[in-house]
Formats: sequence, C-alpha cells, structure tokens
Amino acid sequence: MLEVDRSTPPTLFMHGNGFRLEELPVGSRVVYGPEPLPVLRDIDGAIRHALLHPVDSDPLPALLRPGMRLTIAFDDISLPLPPMRRPDVRQRVIEAVLDLAAEAGVDDVHLIAALALHRRMTEAELRHAVGDRVYDAFAPRGLLYNFDAEDPDALAFLGETDQGEEVEISKRAAESDLLVYVNINLVAMDGGHKSTATGLASYRSLRHHHNVRTMQHSRSFMDQHRSELHSSNWRMGDVIRRSGVKIFQIETTLNNDTFPKPFDFLQKREWEWSRRDRSAYLASSKALARTPDRLRRAVFQSVLAPHNLTGVNAGEVEAVHTLTTAKVMEQQLVHVEGQADVLTMGLPYISPYNVNSVMNPILVMCLGLGYFFNLYRGRPLVREGGVLIMSHPTPWEFHPVHHPSYIDFFEEVLAETTDPLEIEKTYEQSFAEDEWYRHLYRTSYAYHGVHPFYMWYWGAHALQHLGGVIVVGGDARAVRRLGFKPATTLRDALEMASDVVGPHPSLTHFHSPPLMLTEVT
Amino acid sequence: MIADALAGRRLLVTGSTGFLGTALVERFLRSVPGSELVLLVRAGRRSTPERRVQREVLRNDAFDHLRAALGERFDDEVARRVTVVGGDVGTDGLSLDDGGREALASCDVAVHAAAAVAFDSPLDRAVEVNLLGPTRLAQTLQSVGAGPHLISVSTCYVAGNRRGRAAEVPVFDAPFGPRPAWREEVDAARRARADTEAESRTPPLLARFAKAARAELGAAGVPLLADKAERLRETWVADTMVEAGRARARALGWPDAYAYTKALGEQALRETRGDLPVTLVRPSIIESALAEPRPGWIRGFRMAEPVIITYARGLLREFPGIPEGVVDIIPVDLVVAAVLDAAARGPAEGADPAIVQVASGSANPLHYRHLVDLVHGWFSQHPLYDAKGQPIVVPRWTFPGRGRVQHQLQRAVKVIDQAEKVLGTLPLRGGQARWAADLEERRADAARALEYVELYGAYAETEAVFAVDQLMARWSTLDAVDRSRFGYDPRVIDWDHYVTQVHLPSVVEHARVRVTAGGRSGPSRTERLRARVLSPERHLAAFDLENTLVASNVVDSYSWLATRRLAGADRVRFALRTLAEGPSLLALDRKDRGDFLRHFYRKFEGAPVAQLEEDATQLLSYLLVTKSFPAGIRRVRQHRRLGHRTVLITGALDLVVERNLAPLFDDIVCARMGTRTEPDDGRGPSWNGELRDAPPTGEARAQAMADYADAEGLRLEEAVAYADSASDLPMLEAVGFPVAVNPEIRLAAIARKRGWLVEQWSKAPGGPRPLLPIGPPTRRTSFPTRPNPVR
Repeated sequence: MLEVDRSTPPTLFMHGNGFRLEELPVGSRVVYGPEPLPVLRDIDGAIRHALLHPVDSDPLPALLRPGMRLTIAFDDISLPLPPMRRPDVRQRVIEAVLDLAAEAGVDDVHLIAALALHRRMTEAELRHAVGDRVYDAFAPRGLLYNFDAEDPDALAFLGETDQGEEVEISKRAAESDLLVYVNINLVAMDGGHKSTATGLASYRSLRHHHNVRTMQHSRSFMDQHRSELHSSNWRMGDVIRRSGVKIFQIETTLNNDTFPKPFDFLQKREWEWSRRDRSAYLASSKALARTPDRLRRAVFQSVLAPHNLTGVNAGEVEAVHTLTTAKVMEQQLVHVEGQADVLTMGLPYISPYNVNSVMNPILVMCLGLGYFFNLYRGRPLVREGGVLIMSHPTPWEFHPVHHPSYIDFFEEVLAETTDPLEIEKTYEQSFAEDEWYRHLYRTSYAYHGVHPFYMWYWGAHALQHLGGVIVVGGDARAVRRLGFKPATTLRDALEMASDVVGPHPSLTHFHSPPLMLTEVT
Repeated sequence: MIADALAGRRLLVTGSTGFLGTALVERFLRSVPGSELVLLVRAGRRSTPERRVQREVLRNDAFDHLRAALGERFDDEVARRVTVVGGDVGTDGLSLDDGGREALASCDVAVHAAAAVAFDSPLDRAVEVNLLGPTRLAQTLQSVGAGPHLISVSTCYVAGNRRGRAAEVPVFDAPFGPRPAWREEVDAARRARADTEAESRTPPLLARFAKAARAELGAAGVPLLADKAERLRETWVADTMVEAGRARARALGWPDAYAYTKALGEQALRETRGDLPVTLVRPSIIESALAEPRPGWIRGFRMAEPVIITYARGLLREFPGIPEGVVDIIPVDLVVAAVLDAAARGPAEGADPAIVQVASGSANPLHYRHLVDLVHGWFSQHPLYDAKGQPIVVPRWTFPGRGRVQHQLQRAVKVIDQAEKVLGTLPLRGGQARWAADLEERRADAARALEYVELYGAYAETEAVFAVDQLMARWSTLDAVDRSRFGYDPRVIDWDHYVTQVHLPSVVEHARVRVTAGGRSGPSRTERLRARVLSPERHLAAFDLENTLVASNVVDSYSWLATRRLAGADRVRFALRTLAEGPSLLALDRKDRGDFLRHFYRKFEGAPVAQLEEDATQLLSYLLVTKSFPAGIRRVRQHRRLGHRTVLITGALDLVVERNLAPLFDDIVCARMGTRTEPDDGRGPSWNGELRDAPPTGEARAQAMADYADAEGLRLEEAVAYADSASDLPMLEAVGFPVAVNPEIRLAAIARKRGWLVEQWSKAPGGPRPLLPIGPPTRRTSFPTRPNPVR
C-alpha cells in the first residue's frame, strides 16, 4: 500500500493489450499485491508426497485396484492466468496419478477436461495442459475428452439438496469407483466442492447458483464463508458425497509471479523500477504503440507466466480445501484500512474466458465488476454508492467461434436492458436452450449459450453496490451499451466521478496484476 | 351567361383523366348545374373505364370543394350526371360498343382533351393519338348521326420554332414553313414502327441485347437473361421510335413530336370534319391553377415541375434559355374557363373553325430571367434539404447556349459511364459496392439533367409570341358575372404572386421532398422494409450461404479440406496454388455458376469419403463460423423464432453444410456428390467428383424454391429470400420479399431500382482473419472426439 505524494512516480494501469501511466491525485492510495512466495524446490516430489500422504484420506495407491473405473478430471483453459509454461502443473499431477494407477494395474481410465459450460479445449490446448505423452496415449482412443454438459446420455442425476437444488454431473465421473480431481487454485473462489459440483455439472445444476440472487448474496464470492455461491456448491458436494461418489481432490496453489522478463516490470511497484525496468517500459510501450491491435493481442496472448507451485494438497475435498485456501491467503491477502469514494483499476488483456481469444466488452465488464471488484474480504474497496473507474480499450470485438452467444447477447439483450434481474427473467432461458448455441458448444469451440448471462450476473453485486462505472479510454459506443460512462482520460473520469461522490473524493487504486485479495477493515 | 347557356346540355369529354380534363369535369359539374357529362375513357391495363374515372378523376383533390359542398349527395349527383363510356381515340371507330355510340349520339358539345402529352412520346403513338385522334372523334360523331360542336384542344406550339407573332390562324395558313401531307406522315410513322421492330430482331442487335443483359445480370440463368434481353429489345424499339419522332419533328421545324403531331392533327381535322362545327382551343404551357378549384391545384408531374425540383435539389447547375425571352405559362383554370366559354358560345360562323389561343405571352409576358430569379429567390428562402438534413444551395444560371449545356452534360454522362464499366468488372461487394451506387446516382442525375435540357430547352428558347386577339375579343363580350366566375383574362395574373405564392409551394408539396432541417424522425426506409420481412405473416425464409451468411466460398472450403492432411510447406503451397487460379475461376463463375461448381467439384475425385466427412465437421469451426456474419446467423434464428420455415439453398456440398448447419435450417438444398467403391484399396468408398443432380444455381434455385413451397403448401408471395449475387436473381425474383445481402455491384443496382431491402452484414469484428484457407495441422488423430459423437 502506498499513499501518493508529490514525489510519487506515475502509476501503471493495465489497459487491454497495452498499459498506460497515470498521475493519481495526491493522497490517493495504491494497493499492491504481496511479493511472490518461493516456489517448491522439488515439485514432482511434493506432488508424489501429497498423493502418498493425503489429508483425511487413504493414500492414493490404497484407493487403486485392478478392474476399477478411474476418472481424472482437470481444470480447463480458464486456469491459470496467464497460462503457465510447460510443463503445466496439471501435466505433472496427472502423470503422477497415472504412474500410480499403472502400478496398481488400473486400465479403465478416462481423462475429462472439467469445463462445465466453457468452450471445448482444442487439441493444442489439451496438449499444453496434459502434455503430449498423456494426450497421445489417451486421446486417440477417445479416453481423453472435453466434458459435454449437453449430452443427455453422459449425465447422471444425483438428487437434490435440502434447498431443492438439482445435482447433475458427468455420468462417467459419477459412476467411477474413484474420481480424481486435479485443480489449480488461482483465486480463493476456485476449488473445494466447486471443482466437481460446477466443473462437471450441467446447466440444470449450475442455474441454482449461477444466478443473480446468488451473486448478490455473495459478499464476496471470493470469501467462501460469506459466499452464497460456495454454500450452494458445498450443499451439492454433500449430495455428491452421499450418492457414493468417491472423490480424491488434488489442489495446487501457484505464486503470483505473473509476467516473464522483460514484462516483469508490470507487476512491480513503480518507485522500485530499476533502470532496466524503465527502459523495458519505454521500449515496450513505444513498440506497442506502433503495433496493430491484432498483433498486440497475439503478442500478449502468447505470454506464458513463470508462476509455479507453492503448495499441493490431496485427499478429502473439504480438508484439502482448507489447507489450499490458507496458502492462497498467504500469497494474496492484503490489509486495507477503510473504503474509498472512488476505486480505480487497470484491466489487463486477459480474463478466464478469453485465453487464446478476444476480450469482448462483456468480458471487460465481468473482469472489472465480477472478478476484480469481488477480490475482497469484509467490505469492498469502494464504499456503497461510490464510483468504479476502469481503464480498458473495450473494443467492439468478439471471437465468432468462441463467443457466438455473446455477440447476440450484446446486440439483442444489452441493447434492451442492462438490469441483471430483468435479463435473467426475460432472456436467460431462450439462450440456454437454444439449439444452435448447443450445437456450437458441443461440436465447435463455443461457450454455452447461457455463458454471457453468467458473466453479467458475476457483476450483479457490483452493479448493486456502485453509484457509477466509468471506463477510461474505451470504445464509447461499446461502453455505453454496457450501461457505463466513457471517459477519454483519467482526469475526465475523476471529474465525472465527482458528480456522483462529491468533490475531493478519496481514491484507492487496485494495482493488479498480480492478483491479490484485499481485507478491508 | 355561360352557366345558363350550358344548363341542361350534355357535354362529351375525352381525356378526363388528364390534367386539363380533370379540371374541366370538376368545373363543369360545380359551375353548370343541371348539365350532364359523358366521359370517353380508355380501359386501363387492369381496370375498367368506370373504375378509372372513380379512382383517377373523382378521387382527385380537385373535387374536395364539390364533395364538401354536396356532402353525402356527391355520389348520387355524380351517378345521375356522369356517364362513362369505354373507348380509345387511338383506334379507328374509338372501339365503342352500342351503348357508347348511343351516349355519344346524345351529346350537344364535345371537348377533345385527350392527347399523348409527353414531349418524348414514340413517333407512332403520338401520331395515332394526337394526329389522328381529333379526326377519328369527328368521324365517329358523324357516323353515329350526331353533330355536336367539337372543341378540340391543341397547343400554341403548333406554330413551330418561329420568331415573333404567332397568330390565331390555321397551321398551314401561317407564312413560311413546310406543309407536310398528314396522311403520308401517318403511313411513314406506322412503317417506321414495323421497320424498327424488324430491325430489333436482327442477329447483331439480338446479340447486343443478350450481351447487355449478361453485363447487367451476370450469371442469372438462361430464362432470366432471355427475359432481360427481350425487355432491352423493347426498350430499344421504344427509344428508337422516340428519337424518330423528335428527329422528324425537328426536321419539319417543330420543337418535338408533340407539337408536330398536334399541328398535323389540326390540319387533318380541318380536312376531315365534314360539316361538323369545330372550335380549336390552343393553350400554351398549362401550369397550376390560379384560383379554381383552389390556388396551386395541379395534377401529375408535368413539364416545368421536374425541372424546378431538379434545380432545387442543386442538380441543374446550368440550363439553356434566352433570358429576355418569354416563357408562356397559363394557369389551368384560365384554359378551362376559355373552353367552357367556347362551349357556351357555340361554333363560329363561316367555313373555317374558330381558333382561340389561351396564352399569356402577348398580353402579360413573363420573361425567362424574371422567372429564374423568382425561382432562385424562393428556393434560397425555402431550401430543400439533403439526406443529412442540410439545406441545399441553389445555383445561379448564366444562360449559356443550349449546345454548351448539352455538351457538358453529355460529357459528364460519358465519363461516369466509363467509370461504371470499370467498376463493374471488379469483384466488389458490400461497402465498396456503395461507390457504384454513388456513381449510379450521379449518372442518373446527369442523365436526367441532360434529358430535361434536350426536351424542354427549346421551350425556354422560344421566341414566338402567341397572339390572343380572339380570346380578348371574346372576353370583352362577357358580363361581370361571367367575368368573375369564368375568368380567363391572362392580364390578371400577377406573376410574382403566382410563382412564389401559388405555383412553387404547390410543386414542392407534390414533389414529396425534404423541406425541413435536421435528422429524420420515425423509422427509416430500411427499418420499415426489415419490419415487413420479419413480420409474422411471412412463413418461409430462404438463404443463400456463400457471402450471404458466410464470407467464404467453395474454393475456400475445398482448399481447407484438401490441405488438412498435408504437411507444413505443402499446405501453404497448395493453398497459394488454388488461390492463384482465382481470376480464371472468377471468370468461369461469372459465366455460369453451374459450370464453375462442376469444374471445381471434379477436384474432389478420389478423396476418401470417411476422411472428408470427419474433416468437414472441423470446417464448422475453422471456416463456417470463423467467417460467418453473426447478424446473418441471427437473422436466420429470428425467422425461426417467428415460426417461419428456414431453408438453405446453396451450391455448397452436402458434406460441408448438412450436418454443420442442421440446427439453423428446417431444410437444406445443396449440391450432392456421388461416390464409388472402386478401386477397393481398403480406404473405403471415395468421392467420384460428379454431382448427382444439377447444382442449385440460377433458375434451378428458383425452381427448387418453388418446388419446396409447393410441396410444403407455402406461398412464395409470403416468402423471404436472402442472397448476395446477381446469379441469385431468379430466386430473389420468385419471392415476395427479396433481400440483397452485401450485394455485388450488379445486384446492388437492381435492389436499389426495385426497392428491395439491402443488408450489409460483416464478420465479427476482432475475430480471427486467417490469411490462407488452410486447416490447423493435425497429428495422428484429427481431434479429440467424444465417445458418442453428436447426431
């Protein structure tokens, strides 16, 4: 945390496929993430240790026997961000699990990318996640595949929670003798019962917690103890357990070392920039200014993060998740005193849903109001009725293959209303049950028809809490369609914000990446 | 007293659906109570004479006054006093039935106001109607045993292009000038028609029409091209006859075919009238009413009006004319009054018919410069507005010679023509095709200006002064009551008032032009058309695929499929080679789409069926969806939501579209390729590269639509079709609601002309733009498939 004074250098704002330096008013506070935790020295050893010494569970070898049905589910392309360098942690864990399975003589093994209603992963993406060896051994025989939440023959209905929430997950996973879930716990929201209850679930199941009411009652969804999203997932986890599905949960945590050299200045505090950082900033900002946006996107999307394993825990879902959450907090928790009138943030080029894709305006909304806004425990960084100022170019752009229903959501739904409740009531069902979106989700690489709605619901709590949202440097037309106000410069945005919160507002800047979780007292 | 003299009389009127005729009927019904009318009216193409009178005469706003005065009695009054008779002055005997002849026989006065008034009528049409019309009417009246007073409406311009005073004397009595024999002129005109028809059917001309049709429509299929060529032939015949009329008229010293045929018509009537009493009324240029039935009343867009509006839109930078010359304009109500006066007065004593000129030039001249100044001043104060809501500044004319203006405009049209031709050879569509639209609009503007200069330039250069001695003599005998009720004294016109307060406001009102500033309000034309297309009453929507829903074509999909299993450099080489064939393929495509597809699909010969089918499922993501127009896909789905059936009609292969696009369409009509099992090399069956049926292109597409609609019990009039190219014209024309999507130049031009909805759809902004149509590399397996593949 830094308080801006006259000698403070300008502050770096991520700005889509680029970044800008902004002068924050004197007295503003900048919240920085903690330093990266040290990485485990012997990663493979740590993984093997976790499998052999799990918490609240027998060691994995004891759970394996010849003739059994084993399913390994793993987190999809939305994690981690940015994608990590090879070998991916999923590959390391899966290889370790497969070694033990082979030793135990297990030969009925399926690997499923637990993508819920996300888009299917391409061959290249799957190869990156699980490694060529695993891919070539399983994919050609149809034993490594993407989960299909719209295949009625591949789903199993397990029952309802005490609150009437239906639980329907992958049939293969439900009918296996053991389900091993390989997780990457990037933020506090991930993992736990949410892994299986969400990652391997169908729309029928997901709609019970992916809705406006749940999101408005999760303060925030990053804090499992005050998150209705988690309560619902935990209730569902209970149903899954009671219906006899045996889960061996493997959760991994990463440090926050987000950018490789020479981009590592992006995650440093400006006043600590070395001469090399300053020249890297100059060189890259000049180069980016001369690069067409399409190419800039390609450059940024090809960035692989140097982050790596800080911990791995295996065993019973809840016990494992308690340890995992503690590790995430150790890396990400920042204490902040008091709320501000205005919260500023620079939005980066990537969100969980545009890896190798296009950051469309709906994802901009979701990243700012859904993810960044909710990265708090206790109270939001900005007071109720305060103003959120986000910096992002917000281009009117969409990936036609990955986000077809987003295009229609933007053109047909947001053109009519931006009110989450109204949107949910009037439009959700028709998009969710649309035959064409279903076809594209199942056979192409499209996010499910209902997915843009979830993006909008993710921001529902922020929309309710905030007095206004201003986007700096965005495509004015697209920003207005989102229901926000466009501003050319941060100075203009602050002027506009003072109309809402009054003159001389207090200001907090959320300096991310790296990711962090603020504890606001 | 005019009204008293006419009371109880029966008046025959021809040409009652025209400008002067309508005003005459209205005035007669209103001002001469107790009188009756017989209207001789030609049957329309789809309506009876009675219906024409109802729609074209009685519903005209000229009758507002009378309607208001009579209230509910209007219809009864009209039914009692007006008899409609079917007949045509363009044929011998007027094509009358017995009832018609009887009605004609009962008339006391006949006013012949029927004429082909267009200055650019084809020669033979002008001859039949204007030259022979009065004679035929006179002969028919005599043949039915009637001898009414025949008042034949002619024109002052029978005097021809002469300078100075033009007296009220028979045409051939005027000094100088040729005296052509009218019977020979009639024969020559009829012969010219036969000759022109014959010439239009000679091989060189037929070849020219066929070429022009192809240039306009492209590969639209034989039936449509043949139809277009035939229409071009008819247009050519008509144009040639118009030119023949203009040329003959000018050769004899008249400004155009209208004046020429009217002049000979007077002479013919004079020779053939027998003992029928005749009066000739010669108005000059008839314009909007001074006072009756209301100030500014006008019908039809006539001579000066289009010129004025074109000027006000800033499109006539120059116009010929002699500034100090006289423009002879006469308000319609003055002409009507003069005709009724003549009717009341009866025929003149003596052997020769009385001739009355109704004109303003000698008694109350309006000089050309004064008129132009008035118009300029008025439009400077009351400008029209362009599409963006900006006022249009009107140009000042400098009165150059007609030759110069004509020359400039001809050059402009020629340059634009050339540019259009160049543009037409380029494969442009969407936004670029809009250049062509601009050019076309400018060409139309220039061509229209040229037409006006050629047609009407002569009238602005007339130096004849039409004498009105007869008219004034008659005026002097009227009492005060008649003078106030049937005024025809041209000296009462205050030109400043008439032009700025009466005529121009009326012209602008009739022209339906933008007279207010600022952006438009209410839905745009496109929005209205779109609403009609998306109305629940429609029940079938047919879509073309390539460049309508997807920015791709058979070349792309072929290249994509063919390179899928090639290694690195070979893939690029292959795709480049295929693309290099582009221009020759484009040429083939323009000639005949069916041949193009056949040529192309032969390349698939020998490809294994199973492999191609598997790869084709990947094509959905990497080609079809990547290059799709999201708005187009959305439109398909909108139609489905409205309960319309959706059909894809495409020349693309079944393996490319059938499974991939199944959820969008109720049915898919596409090209289907045959397979063979020989030789059995263990790879299973392979494609034989030949289509199983004729590919659905051109008229086959329209036929496919018609068959489909028939089989499903749907009506094509309620169907919508979306397509992008002129080769889809048959399909677009077959339905009630055609939509041109990103049209290429030719289709864009056609869509504009016919008022079709045009949609500009584009690929998703920001989506991937693969440089070459090649698939992503695949290793041992094509893709991770699920244990249970879809569908």
